[in-house]
Amino acid sequence: MSMDRRDFLKFAAAGSTALAIGGSLTAEADASATALDSPRNDAFGVLMDTTFCVGCRKCEWGCNQANEVPKVDKAVFEDKSILTSHRRPDAVAYTVVNQVTAPPETEQPVFVKIQCMHCNRPACVSACIVGALRKQPEGPVTYDAWKCIGCRYCMVACPFQIPGYEYTRALQPRVMKCGFCAERTMKEGRKPGCVENCPNEALTFGRRGELRELAHQKIAAAPSRYLNHVYGEYEAGGTSWMYLAGIDFVRADLPTLGSHAMPSLTEKIQHGVFKNFVPPLALYGLLGLVMASQRKDDGEGGNDE
Amino acid sequence: MSDHASPVRGAYLTRGSAAVLAVAAVGILIYLTRMFLGLEKVTNLDNQWPWGIWIAVDVATGVALAAGGFTSAALVYIFGHRRYHPLIRPALLTAMLGYTFVVIGLLADLGRWYNVWHPMLPSMWQGNSVLFEVGICVMIYLCVLYIEFVPIVVERFKGRVALRGASQGLNRTIEKLLHAADATLSRFMFIFIIAGVVLSCLHQSSLGTLMLIAPTKMSPLWYTPVMPALFLLSAIAVGFPMIIFESLLASRSFRLPPEMNLLAGLGRIVTFTLGIYAVAKIVDLTVREAWPWAFAGGTQAVMFWIEMLGGVLLPLVLFALPRVRRDPRGLFAAATLTVLGVALNRINVFLVAYRPPFAGPTYFPSVFEILLTAGLIATLVLVYRAIVMIFPVIAAPHGAGASVHVGESGRPHSQAQAR
Repeated sequence: MSMDRRDFLKFAAAGSTALAIGGSLTAEADASATALDSPRNDAFGVLMDTTFCVGCRKCEWGCNQANEVPKVDKAVFEDKSILTSHRRPDAVAYTVVNQVTAPPETEQPVFVKIQCMHCNRPACVSACIVGALRKQPEGPVTYDAWKCIGCRYCMVACPFQIPGYEYTRALQPRVMKCGFCAERTMKEGRKPGCVENCPNEALTFGRRGELRELAHQKIAAAPSRYLNHVYGEYEAGGTSWMYLAGIDFVRADLPTLGSHAMPSLTEKIQHGVFKNFVPPLALYGLLGLVMASQRKDDGEGGNDE
Repeated sequence: MSDHASPVRGAYLTRGSAAVLAVAAVGILIYLTRMFLGLEKVTNLDNQWPWGIWIAVDVATGVALAAGGFTSAALVYIFGHRRYHPLIRPALLTAMLGYTFVVIGLLADLGRWYNVWHPMLPSMWQGNSVLFEVGICVMIYLCVLYIEFVPIVVERFKGRVALRGASQGLNRTIEKLLHAADATLSRFMFIFIIAGVVLSCLHQSSLGTLMLIAPTKMSPLWYTPVMPALFLLSAIAVGFPMIIFESLLASRSFRLPPEMNLLAGLGRIVTFTLGIYAVAKIVDLTVREAWPWAFAGGTQAVMFWIEMLGGVLLPLVLFALPRVRRDPRGLFAAATLTVLGVALNRINVFLVAYRPPFAGPTYFPSVFEILLTAGLIATLVLVYRAIVMIFPVIAAPHGAGASVHVGESGRPHSQAQAR
């Protein structure tokens, strides 16, 4: 019976697609790893030295003033009781400061400011179906609400779990995340709202390459004060924002991530499957051949559908 | 070959379809509420859980369960198993409606649903985005499905166009158009049939690539670099069970003798397709040394075992037994388990496996989310029922005569025939 041969052909077609996917994985396995740290060193970044942060929340207020979010009275930010509640950035606050340790454990309480990390190769940008999210050469990852269709794949993709969404807005909800005050940083080289309001040198604005050097100098100058780890130097392929701390970064609400950029696998698969459109066209040709050979077998001409 | 399809006769509105209509009405009300009052009003989504059942079920499962369209087209037209031809049209209709409702369901989830056309603009093309590829493929495939359905519409009206009154003068023009469409399409349909299969392979697999962008948030029970291959294999595996599931429900609803001869044959093929998927899944878990997570307890492990045992291995055993395949109830059970198994896989991948690092309480769909999803399925069933009563979609089984109809006396027993 010819059934088995036909079944075999069917599986062969399915299998070849699987192989195409698998092959693309291995073929370009290390394409992105090499370019890991080279880009964006001249882009803007911020180094947060958590050992200098006193949890005054003035950066939160500065952020609120600088961005298109509901305005909050300055006095609200003087409330220190919410510092220990492990807040996350959301649709109304692009940045939050959390207290992650208390004195018996560490000499001083440790505060960490959380906001978009402005990755070198951001997952959100790779995920975005319409290019509403963009990594600017100057550093910021910016958002264009006009393009956005509101699929929220960027929120699924972000390894730092940063973007918030305006679920409450009925018709024009936006993805809400720190944009690095792109207007002023990119065009005027001015500091972003949070850095401008930091009274204590916890936040340093500058070129990413210079900030890395500064970070390593600080560690070298005071090895007992810091872990020998600049968070964001390599995490997720490197980020524009980086951190220094005296405690384990996991404790500081910063996720443990490898040095691979998040989109490296998905982009490899996508570009492998669509390499010059060869795999889809090859599959089309293969199926066409099978179809033609079957018609000859049947001795049937036209399509009966 | 007496596989000529004709419209099903009988009453559209029965007690059963009225109940389905009620579910649809509730769903449509919630749909409108969501569209104009926002996501917050009806969903349990938040910043930690941006995707819920509207993505996992309405979109991801919807696409998977519409796989009967491309698998049956491949079986009959490409691999030349002509005897299954009577099953083509119902499968095509399911796929066409399935994808249409995937888009309708997706719109409910999109924050700016009125921008859904943006990916078509070359200025917004984003070749790195998996979602972009899925979107474009689904869009083109939906067009292909509608083109494939045109001959059925032509067949229904050709030689029978008889408009009255003012539009009477159009009759001849419409007839000409129908004839032209018939002649052109029958010559070039093979292009669309192959395109439909290729497009399906592309986006069925790419749906499995979507979650690979969040490796740190995904359980190792499901996160694997070969997820696209597993998605494609499972789509191929669920295609025929979906046809079986639906055909048996439809013949029960319309009181037709079941197409057991053909369906049992499909069941035999499922033994291979589902078997390959099962082996691929087990090999993948073994190679990645992910089994410890299956024994770690917790919701994820429980869901994993329900999916693997109840949705893959049990139906595989059932399909492998000739005795079960020949028995309508056995075959129905095997098909239903496969359909539920693949649905559960999509829910597991998009919801259960997803664990954001700084999450509060775990997402669970709101009553409104569930009712909207149920409403969409109900609406699909009603549209399906209307179309098979208007157009020649369902063929009478061999020996039952060329014409399909419900006995004059007998009201069609109306069970929802699902998607």
